[in-house]
Formats: sequence, structure tokens, C-alpha cells
Amino acid sequence: MKLSGAEIIIKSLQEEGVEAIFGYPGGQVLPIYDALYDSSLKHYLVRHEQGAAHAADGYARATGKPGVCLATSGPGATNLVTGIATAYMDSVPLIALTGQVPCDMLGKDSFQEADITGITLPITKHNFLVKDVNDLARTIKEAFHIATTGRPGPVLIDIPKDICVKQTTFKYPDKVNLRGYKPTMKGNKGQISNAVKLIGAAKRPVIYAGGGVVVSNASEELFRLAELTVSPVTTTLMGIGAFPETHPLSVGMLGMHGTKSANYAVSECDLLIAVGARFDDRVTGKLDEFAPNARIIHIDVDPAEIGKNVRVDVPIVGDVRMVLTELNDKLEQQQPTEWQERVARWKEKYPLCYEENGILKPQCIIEEIYKITNGEAIIVTEVGQNQMWAAQYYQYTKPRTFISSGGLGTMGYGLPAAIGAKVGRPDSVVIDIAGDGSIQMNIQEMATAVHYNIPVIVAILNNNYLGMVRQWQEIFYDRRYSYTDITGPDFVKLAEAYGALGMRVTEHKDVGPALKQAIEANRPVIIDFVIEREENVFPMVPPGGAIHKMLGG
Amino acid sequence: MRHILAVLVENNPGVLTRVAGLFSRRGYNIDSLTVGRTENSRISRMTIVVSGDDQVLEQVTKQLHKLVDVIKINDITSDQYVDRELVLIKVGADPSVRAEIMQIVDIFRARIVDIGRKTLMIECTGDEGKINAVIESLMPFGIKELVRTGKVAMLRGHKFTSINDNREDD
Ligand SMILES: Cc1ncc(C[n+]2csc(CCOP(=O)(O)OP(=O)(O)O)c2C)c(N)n1
Ligand SMILES: [Mg+2]
Repeated sequence: MKLSGAEIIIKSLQEEGVEAIFGYPGGQVLPIYDALYDSSLKHYLVRHEQGAAHAADGYARATGKPGVCLATSGPGATNLVTGIATAYMDSVPLIALTGQVPCDMLGKDSFQEADITGITLPITKHNFLVKDVNDLARTIKEAFHIATTGRPGPVLIDIPKDICVKQTTFKYPDKVNLRGYKPTMKGNKGQISNAVKLIGAAKRPVIYAGGGVVVSNASEELFRLAELTVSPVTTTLMGIGAFPETHPLSVGMLGMHGTKSANYAVSECDLLIAVGARFDDRVTGKLDEFAPNARIIHIDVDPAEIGKNVRVDVPIVGDVRMVLTELNDKLEQQQPTEWQERVARWKEKYPLCYEENGILKPQCIIEEIYKITNGEAIIVTEVGQNQMWAAQYYQYTKPRTFISSGGLGTMGYGLPAAIGAKVGRPDSVVIDIAGDGSIQMNIQEMATAVHYNIPVIVAILNNNYLGMVRQWQEIFYDRRYSYTDITGPDFVKLAEAYGALGMRVTEHKDVGPALKQAIEANRPVIIDFVIEREENVFPMVPPGGAIHKMLGG
Repeated sequence: MRHILAVLVENNPGVLTRVAGLFSRRGYNIDSLTVGRTENSRISRMTIVVSGDDQVLEQVTKQLHKLVDVIKINDITSDQYVDRELVLIKVGADPSVRAEIMQIVDIFRARIVDIGRKTLMIECTGDEGKINAVIESLMPFGIKELVRTGKVAMLRGHKFTSINDNREDD
């Protein structure tokens, strides 16, 4: 039997085990929407294509499965761009399907034509323009394979309308054959032995864990490595949740807004075991002063990350989980020394702290969220101070419970990503910790949440500022608050207008009860927390500075 | 230092854009890039001349490898190889200087491929040094137009850059 291209798309997605897709219709995807109409695939109609991309991304990060979004050609496709770039920077497996003008109209500036494969070339792991219906199933198979293996990332498939209409026999391939794409999964044995030697000789080891640990589901192996080597563990923003922050060896996040104990530990260590991390400038600060006395073991699935920013003593290319399993098998139990005590003393001496002064503090809201959810919620964030406080003051113990735009820092990510996360993990409480600026960037997705009754809680830390930018202006631009004093709507009324529950909290004592009510409401909620306007995120490493030289905290 | 990379790529539309885009966005310096079909119609071969220190070259190679359409990369710089470039030069040539030009053409084993009323078109192939020398020698007559292909290169002897032979695989 012959199927149309559109039917082949739906069937192929089902073959890949896709359960939910996020999208928005338009002229060039009419055939796909027609095929969706009576398919069992659950489609969520968002209110802006950017929301579709972020929702698919949040779904992927929360579940570990690829997220799928769908948009029409031209403006629909370009609206996905920020979402695709966000997923690219954080190595999220995302499949973006876009409609395109029919093949014979390509290249003629046709109505709603945009060269989306050209536009997304530098922000996708790979992309395809399908020009023959006979290539469609194979292309989808390859797209999923590329998106989910090696270092994951977004893959876009651009599909001209006539391809959706043309018919062919459908057979979903069971294998892919890409001679130019063969990610290295197993670590090199010799390098693993070298790592074992370095670890045996180290007196002051530190593990620096990044998003790669979460991506490769290697938390258990990381835990074992930490216990075997008795290494203090610090994570990046993306690595949050990879190691339980309640563990005595955890020193929390490192880098620009990291803890003092993490930044000191890295600065003083003699062995840095970097696992699934990429030495980003927000982590390393001034490169020559980053872990200056350390030998470095770098484990990553992407060979291009190794040696990109720092010189490495032992490079190990491979899947983090496979490499750690092998490494752990070869390691002997190390004993704690004076080093672990020293790190523990830093931890005790320099906890994250803030001043209570009667005005509602954002940090205490995060602490309350932690208490009320028993640390079991999925926390999604927007970008800015809210994101950093969410990273600092909640103690994450499980992977995929902290979802945030790290690499691109995309304001407006949080709400749609929270919707995607809730769709993927309906049994978890999902809270978007938001800023009053960021939330206004994709607020329209409240309608999506209400329409499908996806009970996400938006906790706005409302300082009426683009707070993080204001903080930089305060510290580096002599308090000249140029265009960071931002107003917003009445968020309670706005929530109500969308058909959600709206609440406002101005005092510490009301934080807990409001959160409780929000969780019990089991429907979309916005809580407008009116907080101290000029609160800052500390500690802080000035950009380009050495990470052991922190301001505040 | 300058490196010569022999790169096998899938003959897919857009593959040149992918490679060129990678170089420009990451700030790598391409001296020249040539591309053409190989003995296998599904595969094209690029010869990329790129300058940079060892660290840059390592990144270039690794980033190129990440492109799904890139099948194989050989840095042939430190091996024995043959490299060639072709140039076409249109040079001012009044009857009074034609003999002199023809002498130069002979010395370089170049060829005259077209004669105009006041010009000659010269074709020359060779390695970069030879091409530069022939251009320099013709300069005094007035070069009206010039086009060069950029380098193509191939390893000598029994070493290969092809997908059928993996002896030189990296
Ligand atoms: C799309 C986008 N535009 C601009 C920025 C730059 N930026 C980073 S943080 C920030 C302020 C965010 O304000 P808000 O959401 O209120 O969070 P706060 O810092 O006040 O918690 C801005 C403008 C960005 N990260 N993303
Ligand atoms: Mg704000």
C-alpha cells in the first residue's frame, strides 16, 4: 500500500516511539496536520513556535527522550530558531520538522519561503531538506539517530509541501548507514589506565561534572567514582542533579556564581577529573588561573571539546557512562586525607548566604520551594538572577530535575520548557522559577498550559528589574540603570485572564502556604512573589577574573 | 604553519556551505579550497589549505569530523605528496614582446591557449612556487586578468585518501 509523505511522517514518528509533539499549523504543513487529525499522536498546539521548540526541549531534558516540534515554512520556521539554538548549546536531542514551499517554488522568494536549512546550519547538529518522498522515511530515521547518539543535538528536517502529498510505499528502515557519522563510545584502554595512574597519585582530587553526565545517564557511575576516589564533586549549571548536593562530598556549583568551596577546591586541586563538561568561560573565568596546579583528566563524547579551551593530560573520548564504568572497575578505594577535611572546612565556613531584613528575599523563596517539594520537584528556570538563585538555593539530588538554558541563556525558555517537562513527567511537580522580565517573553504559553490543563507553577521572582543586567550595571557601570527598570502587567490578573490561578505574595510567612495551595490546585498557577528589588547574586566572579577571587557572599 | 587537508565528503547539496561556514564561523583561515568529484560519484574530494598552529589544526580537524557529511580527513602536510595548481593568465602582448613572452612560456613549460590582437592567454600548471614564478615573470608585460584554481594534492606511492583503503585512516 502506498502512503502519502504526510502519513509517512506520522508513521515514522510512531516508529520512533514519539508520544507527544508540539507545533503550530500553517499553509505548507496542511497535509501533515491533516494526517495528524486522526492519528494517535498527541499534538500540543502552542501559541508561538518558539514555545514549541522550548516545550520539545523541556520534554527531552525531563525524559531523556527526543523532543519533537513542528512548524510551517517561513515565519513558522524562523520562530523556531531561538529554540533550536538553545537546544544546540545544551546538547538536547530535538527533532524540528518544518514545512517548506513545494520543490518547484524553491529559490524563488515564494510566499513564506525561508531558507531554514541555511539559517539553522550553525545551530543544528545536522539538517536535511527532503526533495524526494522516497527519501523521507530514511531521513527521519537518520535524524533521530543523529539527534540522540554521540553528543546529542537538534536536527531539522525541512519538508516541501509536495513531498507531503506524493505517495510511495512505506518501509521504515531498521538500520542507518552514515559513513561520516560514527561517534566513539568506548574509551581508549590506554588512556583509562593513565587516568587510573593519575588518580592513584593524586593528593587533592576534584571531580568537575557537567551536563554530559546527565545526558548519558551516568549519575550512578559518577557517584561511584566520587566515593572510590573520595573526591569533592562540583557541577556546572548543566551538571546540576548529576550528583546529590546533599552528599558530604558535594561542593555545589562552580564558576561565576559558584560556591566559594567549589571555586577554592578547583583552584587548589592537584587533579581535576572533568566529566562531560566543556570548560566554558562562565566556569573557568581567567583560563591561566583555572585549576593552575592540576593535572587534568577530560572525559567527553565529543573529541572536539577535548583540548579546545585547556590543555589536558589524559583525554578520554567516549560515552561518559561507558568510560566511567570501565574506569571505576579499575580503581581501588582511595582514603580520605587532610584534603577532604580542608574542603569540608571551606564548605562550613563559606555557605551560600543572604541577609534577612524583613523584605521578601528570593533566596528564601527557593529554600521554601525546596522544603515544600522535599527536593522532589522538577525545577525549570528562566534566565537571570532567578536562574542563579534557583541553582544555588535548592538542593538537587537527581538528574533531570533542574532544567535551564545554560549555553545560550535564553530568556523565555522556562514556561514552555516547563510545559514540555510536565507533559513528559506528569507525576512530578513542575515549577518554573521565573523573572518578571523573562516570563513576558513567552507568557502566551499560559494559554497552552490552561487549554490542555498542564499544571505547571510559575513562580515569578518579581523585582521589576531586568535584575541580572541591573546587577552588572550596579557593579561595573556605576549604578547607571540604563533601561533595566522594567514594568509588567498585574500577573495575578493576567493569570486569571488566561484562566489560570493567580496569587501574590509579599511576605515570607505567606510563601509556604501559597506554594502548598499552588501544588494542590493541580492546574496552571502563577505566583507573583514581590521581592527585594536590588538583591544581588553572590558570590560573583567578575568576567575574565580568576574564579578564586569572588565578590560578596 | 600551512597544512594541506584532503577531505572526502558526501556529494550532498550544501556540503560546501557546511564546510565553508564552519571555517568562517570558527575563525579559521582558509588559504584555498578546491572541490570536485572523485572516482566514486557519491563522494567529492576537497583540498583545503589552512594556516594555523597545531592547536588550531587539531580543532579544525575535529570540528570537520563532526560534520555528518564529512567522511574522511587526511592531513597530508608532513607526508610525501604531489600538489598542483592551474592558472590562466591574460597578459598584454604587443607584437614587439611576443617572442619574449613565448620564451618565458617555454621555460615554465606553460602553454599559450589563446591569442588576441593585443593579448595572449597562458595556461600553466605546477606547484605553488612555479605558479608564483610564472606570474612574477609575466608581470612586467601587464597582467590583464588572472585566475587560479587553488591547490589539489595527492599522497605519493602506496598511501591513499579513499574510503576503500584504510591504511591512512586517522
Ligand atoms: C532573549 C534574551 N534577551 C536578553 C538577554 C540578556 N539578559 C540576561 S538576564 C536578563 C534580565 C532578566 O530579567 P528577569 O527575567 O526579570 O530576571 P532577573 O534577573 O530579574 O531575575 C537579560 C535581559 C537574555 N539572556 N535573553
Ligand atoms: Mg526581574
